Amino acid sequence: MKCADEFRSREITAPLLQELQKTVDKPIRIMEVCGTHTMSIFRHGIRSLLPPEVTLLSGPGCPVCVTPASHINAFVAAASLPETIVTTFGDLIRVPGTSGSLADARSRGGQVEIVYSPMDALSLAQNNPKKNIVFPAIGFETTAPTIAATVLMAKNLEIKNFFILSAGKTMPSALKQLMGDPDLAVDGLLCPGHVSAIIGSDAYLPIARDYKLCCAVAGFEPADILAGLLSLAGQIQRKAPTVENCYTRAVTSQGNLRASQLMHQVFMETDSEWRGLGTIPDSGLELREEFACFDATRQLDIHPEPAGEPKGCKCGDILKGHLLPPDCPLYGTRCTPLNPVGPCMVSSEGTCAAFYRYSDKK
Amino acid sequence: MDKKTISLDHGSGGLASQKLIGELFLKYLTSPALASLEDCAVLDEQTGRIAMSTDSYVVTPLFFPGGNIGELAVNGTINDLAMRGARPIALSLALIIEEGFPLDDLEKIIQTIGRVSEEAGVAIVTGDTKVVPKGAADGLFINTTGIGVVAHHCNISGKRAKPGDKVIISGSLGDHGITIMSNQAGIDIGGDIASDTTSLHNLVASILEPETCDVHVMRDPTRGGLATTLCEIAQSSKVNIILEQDKLPIKPSVNTACEIIGLDPLYLANEGKCLIICTASRAEQLVKIMRQTPEGKDSAIIGTVSTVEQGKKPRVTLTTTIGGTRLLEPLTGEPLPRIC
Repeated sequence: MKCADEFRSREITAPLLQELQKTVDKPIRIMEVCGTHTMSIFRHGIRSLLPPEVTLLSGPGCPVCVTPASHINAFVAAASLPETIVTTFGDLIRVPGTSGSLADARSRGGQVEIVYSPMDALSLAQNNPKKNIVFPAIGFETTAPTIAATVLMAKNLEIKNFFILSAGKTMPSALKQLMGDPDLAVDGLLCPGHVSAIIGSDAYLPIARDYKLCCAVAGFEPADILAGLLSLAGQIQRKAPTVENCYTRAVTSQGNLRASQLMHQVFMETDSEWRGLGTIPDSGLELREEFACFDATRQLDIHPEPAGEPKGCKCGDILKGHLLPPDCPLYGTRCTPLNPVGPCMVSSEGTCAAFYRYSDKK
Repeated sequence: MDKKTISLDHGSGGLASQKLIGELFLKYLTSPALASLEDCAVLDEQTGRIAMSTDSYVVTPLFFPGGNIGELAVNGTINDLAMRGARPIALSLALIIEEGFPLDDLEKIIQTIGRVSEEAGVAIVTGDTKVVPKGAADGLFINTTGIGVVAHHCNISGKRAKPGDKVIISGSLGDHGITIMSNQAGIDIGGDIASDTTSLHNLVASILEPETCDVHVMRDPTRGGLATTLCEIAQSSKVNIILEQDKLPIKPSVNTACEIIGLDPLYLANEGKCLIICTASRAEQLVKIMRQTPEGKDSAIIGTVSTVEQGKKPRVTLTTTIGGTRLLEPLTGEPLPRIC
């Protein structure tokens, strides 16, 4: 990815860091909402370069991490159906449900295949007309338009053996719920570049206005992230919360209207359960009535096991930014990347996994 | 007419087996020891300590850009011997074939094995073939065992990295891993992505002669990639290892593919790369020699070994392009592509 190289060069990042040092004059707490930000911060060693006054907290923006056990149980139940293949994004496969993950379902003889896009799942359906292909539709506004496009294509091609398990989520309602939490001590939000490319930077205006919270939309390269942090530090210093778009090469104020339309044509908002955060009104996506023939829960005989959160797991508090991973009693002992208990340890984007992998706090 | 395939008869030990061995295997594998079809091979006397290594190959797909499973099976075992400073002298070849496997594909693979072992100068001296019913294996599994002779007075081991040593890699990282994973994903990245499978014993010989004592550790960073291999060395040698991201040779096309699939080139398998840890004063000279060989033309010094701070555990860190510090942990589980 040659075009990204300049955003990783020290010539660009060093002045940003110097500026950040100058701007930060008191302790500030910033939540990076998105898992891809968390990953990038660790991969480039950004924490080690920041002024000590800056605390970064990881928010609820890893799609795998916020998928609750009840949804995983449904995916696992689908994998045990006869003549059924469950297709999945790679990092979902190890997420534990109540009794096991999709990987466990596979080792018990269920057919589970890793795909790289929902279109791959549709091709699998075309190539296996005698099998039902189920695609667990997890993810945020970044993945929902592609899934919507796949459903529309399935409809146009009259494919009868392709099904969606709706588990998609939307970011703004979840953020509002989170920001309404009186215990949440956060000065600013580093808003995700790719979600914002779809929903537009204006989507955060109500958060800045209603919760007096500084917001900066940032991309995922080191220079992007530092520019976002600098914008937040400036807003915090000036006590002037607003939304600044530091990722103008990809994000507009209105977002990608075509992708949004596509998403709303196929999905409608519904209440949705988030791992660790509980049920948040209007924060999920389910298929509209006219696409019911692709809805796995309505068309197939799926009986998920009843779900409960794993005992002792603090993923909820970590997703809310109340705790850092090493504060969880299971972290690094019962819960490791090899044997994850909570979802934040499973996905490489998960806060706990990123902490475990890239920091020396074991 | 149907394409010719392997049947259970080919593994029975009877006439069909003999025909397969005579008409296919011995056509491409030409060592006299193998052609004698005895129960085992008896090799010439050797001077020095005997090194022995075994590995099984179960890759999917069997054919990929840059090679096939046969190449991996020969090079992989030769490289494991070479990494302890051994001169490989002979290989065994055992095949487990799934019933129905295309005979054409088997022939291509055996032909490759013959060619690669001849080029490497390491003969296949004994072998075995089993056929299992359809569904009991995935196409073809191969095991090779190799023996070699540690002729030099060298003492190369993962336990010998010392503070002050330099870390050298013989070329670009992640080529094999990304080739296999993008192939499995059905993603055609194009460009120059191909497996780097090659044998490394000639490269190793070039740096072990005339001196050996300056090379402390040699490893081929296969599964788990460079990061996992270095973590193992740091652990065994009780040292810290610091890598410089700017110095790591990674092809732009490999980086791009990793960004798209969501993988880290430091954790991807290599099948033709040698990691060397040596005395600092010899490092530049070794790189010069390595760069004169085809398999080591992109060799580079990529890091330094240092002392573990008191009360801390050995660790491997990466100084990132922007000057940050990132801890490198061993790979856990299989590398999984990310959702976004």
